[in-house]
Amino acid sequence: MRIAHHPILGDAEKRERITISVDGKKIDAYEGESIAAAMLAAGLKVHRRTAKHKEPRGVFCNIGRCTDCIMKVDGQPNVRTCVTKARDGMMVESLDGLGTWEVVR
Amino acid sequence: MNADLAVIGAGPAGLCAAIEAARRGVKVLVIDENDRPGGQLFLQTHKFFGSRHHMAGVRGFHIGNDLLEEAKHEGIEILLNTTVWGVFPDNRVAFTREDDKQGSVIAKNILIATGALEKGIFFKGWTKPGVMGAGAAQKMMHVHRVLPGGKVLVVGSGNVGLIVSYQLAQAGAVVSGVIEALPEVSGYQVHAGKIRRMSIPIMTSHTIVEALGNGQVEGAVLARAGADFRIVEGTEFEVSCDLIILAVGLRPFDELLRALGVEMAYISGLGGFVPLHDENLETSKRGVYVAGDITGIEEANTAMDEGRLAGVAVAEKLGRLDLSKAEELKSDIRRRLANLRIGSYGRQRAEGKQEVLAALRERKGA
Repeated sequence: MRIAHHPILGDAEKRERITISVDGKKIDAYEGESIAAAMLAAGLKVHRRTAKHKEPRGVFCNIGRCTDCIMKVDGQPNVRTCVTKARDGMMVESLDGLGTWEVVR
Repeated sequence: MNADLAVIGAGPAGLCAAIEAARRGVKVLVIDENDRPGGQLFLQTHKFFGSRHHMAGVRGFHIGNDLLEEAKHEGIEILLNTTVWGVFPDNRVAFTREDDKQGSVIAKNILIATGALEKGIFFKGWTKPGVMGAGAAQKMMHVHRVLPGGKVLVVGSGNVGLIVSYQLAQAGAVVSGVIEALPEVSGYQVHAGKIRRMSIPIMTSHTIVEALGNGQVEGAVLARAGADFRIVEGTEFEVSCDLIILAVGLRPFDELLRALGVEMAYISGLGGFVPLHDENLETSKRGVYVAGDITGIEEANTAMDEGRLAGVAVAEKLGRLDLSKAEELKSDIRRRLANLRIGSYGRQRAEGKQEVLAALRERKGA
């Protein structure tokens, strides 16, 4: 959920609205915010499943250290979504395991 | 690229050091991995304590804005989105910029002011989406303006746990309660009072057993904690929540110090392994300084004063300040720091700092 008005910080500053796709579903995002923030605002908390036990993982540290929130972004696996900004038209996919190479042929 | 002083970390400590040094004509370069400077000051919506010197009554993010103004006024260059990954023996600071571009700077002096990382505690289900650090939640709320959960359980009643509970409620979440393994509230009573007035319960001598939920957090199992912090069997009960916040302490973010081979010691009163330094905050490596949470977990006001102290010390070393003026400035700052390290909360830190100074003297002597 977005915090439209905050009693101390006031109204959120106007930012350009963009669209990203997460596992094929289009969600709203704002220019300048992280992929993880846009996903959380859309109610999406599960970012990936672990390699061995297929356990779900989401945002934990939110400063790019724990790497729990990594996903596949525009084809690139293992991207830290908490420190990567959303860009209009970005394709974000849940990661299953360790990530794969792009097969060219 | 060259600099008299490279500051790694543009939080309260790094910015204050840069400002003090630049004011005396030192050529300063500040480097930070985030897209804006100010560090965690921009997560802090509450008013500070202390004296007028320590900005008592001013909210953290306002202090951050003031520091950025001052830095701009001094013409300090700040490299953002830039991650330092190594410091070499010739004082070359190596970093990665956006789009994986590499760069470096040779600096006569280096200040490492990288702050702290949040600690975790481990229980069944602690890796589930919906369990996050207090700072992680603050960043979602205050930087991104996104509420991280609707119904929240907060683990830890130190100042961070108490403040984040208040902030979550302020932003529109329901805080079901705060649990604390100790038999009493760990943080300041003034913060505890604020959340109790919001009808948020603080359950002391309680701990978390398990995070429940299929795929993401949907509840938690809590239980009484004994004097040994272990779960008292048979006292387990279930609560519903979609967010579990861990506010169980911080540790110095010390990776660069370790890469540099700076002498460290474990000092529990300061939060873990900390770098040894002298009264000017210079480490066992000449020309390498530290300030802020990396020297031991404290608060933003101590971080700012430590930064100022290091900034003055570097200006003095480079001949930009005469000895008597530098001594006067430094003793003023040291007196302010001592004033912040009093009482039942401060004593441990004051003693820890003395241990740090003594350990360095001893190792130098040996």
